Amino acid sequence: MKRVVITGAGTVNALGMNAPDTMSAMRDGICGIGPLEFRDVERLTIQIGGQVKGFDAHHAFSRHQVSLYDRFTQFALVAAAEAIAQSGLDFTEELSHRSGVILGTAGGGISTSDDNYRTVYEEGKNRVHPFVVPKLMNSAAASHISMEYNLKGPSFTVSTACASSNHAIAQAFEMVRSGMAPVMIAGGSESMLCFGGVKAWEGLRVLSRDACRPFSANRNGMVQGEGAGIFVFEEYERARARGADILCEISGYAMTSDAADIVMPSKEGAARAMAGALTDARINADEVGYINAHGTGTMANDKTECAAVMDVFGEHARRLMISSTKSMHGHLIGGTGAVELLACIMALRDGVIAPTIGYQEPDPDCALDVVPNQARKAKVTVALSNAFAFGGMNAVIVLRTPQA
Amino acid sequence: MSTRDQVIAILADQAFLDPSDVSIDSTLEQLGIDSMGVVESIFVIEEAFNISVPFNANQPGAADFDITSVASIIAGVERLRAEQA
Repeated sequence: MKRVVITGAGTVNALGMNAPDTMSAMRDGICGIGPLEFRDVERLTIQIGGQVKGFDAHHAFSRHQVSLYDRFTQFALVAAAEAIAQSGLDFTEELSHRSGVILGTAGGGISTSDDNYRTVYEEGKNRVHPFVVPKLMNSAAASHISMEYNLKGPSFTVSTACASSNHAIAQAFEMVRSGMAPVMIAGGSESMLCFGGVKAWEGLRVLSRDACRPFSANRNGMVQGEGAGIFVFEEYERARARGADILCEISGYAMTSDAADIVMPSKEGAARAMAGALTDARINADEVGYINAHGTGTMANDKTECAAVMDVFGEHARRLMISSTKSMHGHLIGGTGAVELLACIMALRDGVIAPTIGYQEPDPDCALDVVPNQARKAKVTVALSNAFAFGGMNAVIVLRTPQA
Repeated sequence: MSTRDQVIAILADQAFLDPSDVSIDSTLEQLGIDSMGVVESIFVIEEAFNISVPFNANQPGAADFDITSVASIIAGVERLRAEQA
């Protein structure tokens, strides 16, 4: 089996237009959640979100490209450009034939659907733009990245609701580890902050009207976000030989299914995912210094997740740090695990643990060190990234500082 | 149909019971209505009475709409109908 490292990272999200700015905002405990701005927002009960503001598609892309790219594709392309530039890779010849891109998304081009449903249903028009299908398809972002960077190997999109990015990352990792691909681009993208995208979530009655406060006793729900996180996964010896800057190593993962409920989380399914990931990575539970929690800020997720952590880590659960950066960038749904991977990289590479902001009251059901409100300096060698989706599809990634 | 009978009919439908088997003192849990069923019941009530029910699944007890029992839901609907008329 090959070792796998990350040699490039890129993002667009409510905290920043690139990875350094995002990590800086996480370090400073900045809240990227604010009033939503889009058509018909006044008809929503929930009017806050982690919206990407000041993103100028016309600056990043040509007029033709803008007409062809849904916002989730735009985010993915900008994040991929950053990640691939950082890696220094040029996909030519053999490398291009064996490298691909795997992305996670839950909604795909949902704002394209929203806009065009409005056109035909509300405005009563009988004609839509010819690019509706290539814009809205869930695989559009992965396709455009493959085209932009000449990636001719295995490429596809996975959709497992809130765990989409982690499933995508796990799959890309497995391809590099097995030797199937020398390099894979992976991550996720989501742009669900449009009228229909928020209205649908509103119906479920799990969104907060004021803030995302994971693990806090007075938490009252999740807050949606948007954006993308894209990474370059590369075989270790290859990265070392070309002198690449290694951000961290990925050492294992596990995927489990609760097989139980379409919305309620399961402690057992989450625990099996964390324990399975540690086994896969051949890492002892007491080596884990930081967990980037799924931490949605709902009553059900946070207490279930903490109970699962207690089950897996025992006494060590009280010594490790666990934080939810969703408090800052919101819940990016299918893109969330990718943006949250940046908090893991920051912990491992920079020794800075991102905080859980908005934390106000201790909850006895979440009695762990949730790094409340302020970032912390700490030396961490192993970090976990948790994602536990609606429908009980779980994926946990294990990352570590690169070993010699 | 009275508000009371309509609410009972809606909850009975959710619980797969005959309305005559729904006691006014029952809790939703006793009727076998789970958290998803609660959210769906509230949606059906909103549609039936054309009202907006303040309910957050994360704080089922905190909202000023009491879902403790069939009786408390009826009282809540009657109040909201008066307020939002």
